[in-house]
Amino acid sequence: MYRYDEFDHRLLSQRIGQFRDQVARRLSGQLDEDAFRPLRLRNGVYLQLNAYMLRVNIPYGLLSSRQLRRLADIAERYDRGYGHFSTRQNIQFNWPRLVDIPDMLAELAEVEMHAMQSSGNCIRNITADHLAGIAADEVADPRPYCEIIRQWSTLHPEFSFLPRKFKIAVSGAARDRAAVHVHDIGIRIRRNEAGEIGFHILVGGGLGRTPVIGKTLREFLPEADLLSYLEAVLRVYNRYGRRDNKYKARIKILVNDLGIGAFAALVEEEWQRLRHSALRLGPADIERMKAHFPRPDYLPPVNDTSEYEALRRDDPAFDRWAENAVFSHRQPGYGIVMVSLKRSGRPTGDMRADEMRALARLAEEYGFGEIRVTHRQNLVLPDVPLHRLPSLWRELTALDLAMPNHGLLSDIIACPGMDYCALATARSIPVAQAIAERFDDLDYLHDIGDLSLNISGCINSCAHHNVANIGILGVDKRGQEVYQITLGGSSGDDAAIGKRIGPALPAEDVPAAIEGIVEAFLAEREGDERFIDTYRRVGDQPFKERVYA
Amino acid sequence: MTASVITASSLALGHVVYLRQEGECCRWLSDIQAATLFGDNDLEAAMVSAAAAVAANEIVDPYAIAVDVRGGRIEPLSLRERIRAHGPTVAGDSAPAPRSAA
Ligand code: SF4
Repeated sequence: MYRYDEFDHRLLSQRIGQFRDQVARRLSGQLDEDAFRPLRLRNGVYLQLNAYMLRVNIPYGLLSSRQLRRLADIAERYDRGYGHFSTRQNIQFNWPRLVDIPDMLAELAEVEMHAMQSSGNCIRNITADHLAGIAADEVADPRPYCEIIRQWSTLHPEFSFLPRKFKIAVSGAARDRAAVHVHDIGIRIRRNEAGEIGFHILVGGGLGRTPVIGKTLREFLPEADLLSYLEAVLRVYNRYGRRDNKYKARIKILVNDLGIGAFAALVEEEWQRLRHSALRLGPADIERMKAHFPRPDYLPPVNDTSEYEALRRDDPAFDRWAENAVFSHRQPGYGIVMVSLKRSGRPTGDMRADEMRALARLAEEYGFGEIRVTHRQNLVLPDVPLHRLPSLWRELTALDLAMPNHGLLSDIIACPGMDYCALATARSIPVAQAIAERFDDLDYLHDIGDLSLNISGCINSCAHHNVANIGILGVDKRGQEVYQITLGGSSGDDAAIGKRIGPALPAEDVPAAIEGIVEAFLAEREGDERFIDTYRRVGDQPFKERVYA
Repeated sequence: MTASVITASSLALGHVVYLRQEGECCRWLSDIQAATLFGDNDLEAAMVSAAAAVAANEIVDPYAIAVDVRGGRIEPLSLRERIRAHGPTVAGDSAPAPRSAA
């Protein structure tokens, strides 16, 4: 992974020094809250319902075991012994004290982590396919490009006060696992007929109160032009994006108002000025960055897989886990293991410090000391030798980290909702827990098959409910929490915005409504259709009939 | 009976606090049961005390909330404020109650 150089370390330590000073001035009253708020937000510090919250970036979801251990230490020393992995591949601490945050940042900096630009109207953490560099269907590894973008966007003086926050996602594989269609800029790595690397650039995707699927801005951008082109897009947005109304300030509104053709023309004009500037990437720049992401020293496949095969034959629990949670690796003899953070009775995406340490150890013992964070709030052990899967499974089972529900109905994305978030209109986590309890029969879950279910606690849609097959949005109706249900959303290559099926329901009716939707699906399903296929074929009527019977 | 209490977040710690007025003296406590109840007539004066605490860098974002008082217990009317008073409603890691505020 990318290692900080002297410049990175110096920049971070100066920045922490500044923030320490700002906190001291705030506590002594030299800064009032209006002056301090934008400064703390720039350092990832929110004031939430119950306490401050610190959001720490995990660039493109990549963590080392050393970093995960440090997160565990910080959770114990400064928080309540756990962290929450978010849908943007970040981690949030829900209970830090303002007075401690400069020390937390200093400890994070020691392991090359920071919280800069994890909030505020700037370019946020760059997200990526969590299977970067290991997926069997990969065109090219997105991590070097993510890191190039991260460095360009970090403290970029021109883009520190954008009209609104700005999110970029990158996918380098045939199948989109980074939700590139619902980001301000989505980047897909492609090869042209000559075999050269380039980028398909999407713009103006996003969720929130105006959900929009991103539009193609450029089919094939040459590799060398990545930064100059991004700079041109950001300049156009920075200049023409609305600043008078925060609900209309995202780039998707600008693209929609101008039309993609006119927006593209403005970008093109700007780009012609920038294209041959210092932003042009030379082959040496790219090679230098690629060198930070070498292929690990994989060992030749072990031929004796008798234990693995015997266990698959004899132990249904192992067989189910191997089927559901282990993905094919581009390297023969290795597998990719999904670690579910959707556990019975536990808030979605939460992990205790002892579990972080245990997983860090497993990442070292069964891989090369690396962990990935997915935007579905799960973790990944990326490089596990296949013959070692049985013993890894036993260890994960003992840690309650071997739940084989990847991609199934109980693999629910839920935002913190009103239990933590100051913007929430309703709770998310208890509804997710009630649904997961109702669907705790693994046989049934596996019969239902691929199904995404996401729950957001307000229209900001942090849980991406509008691109879930079943989306749930909590709203406030005269002081009561009620939940709107949408169907038919999808965040992958067939990205689509879900459609609301009827009036909102009280929380206690939601699990039964989901059950009705699933029963309607099973009744209508043809062959081994996925939920989304059936929905697209039959429309929403059969589902409405069950929910509002 | 319904009344109001004044709530805020403590500046240094970020924890939820409530105003307890003892004569001229104001304290900001984490236990809502210790909060002073205000009627419509004295709310404005209470907000002046809160503004003084903001100026003294003790608290941030003070505001009044409606509460119900039954059997001597103070309970906020809105769910949002009940969560702030008692902590998250979710089972699991986040169960412990907030540490006491400054
Ligand atoms: S969707 Fe709303 S409630 Fe949920 S985390 Fe985002 S802002 Fe908070």
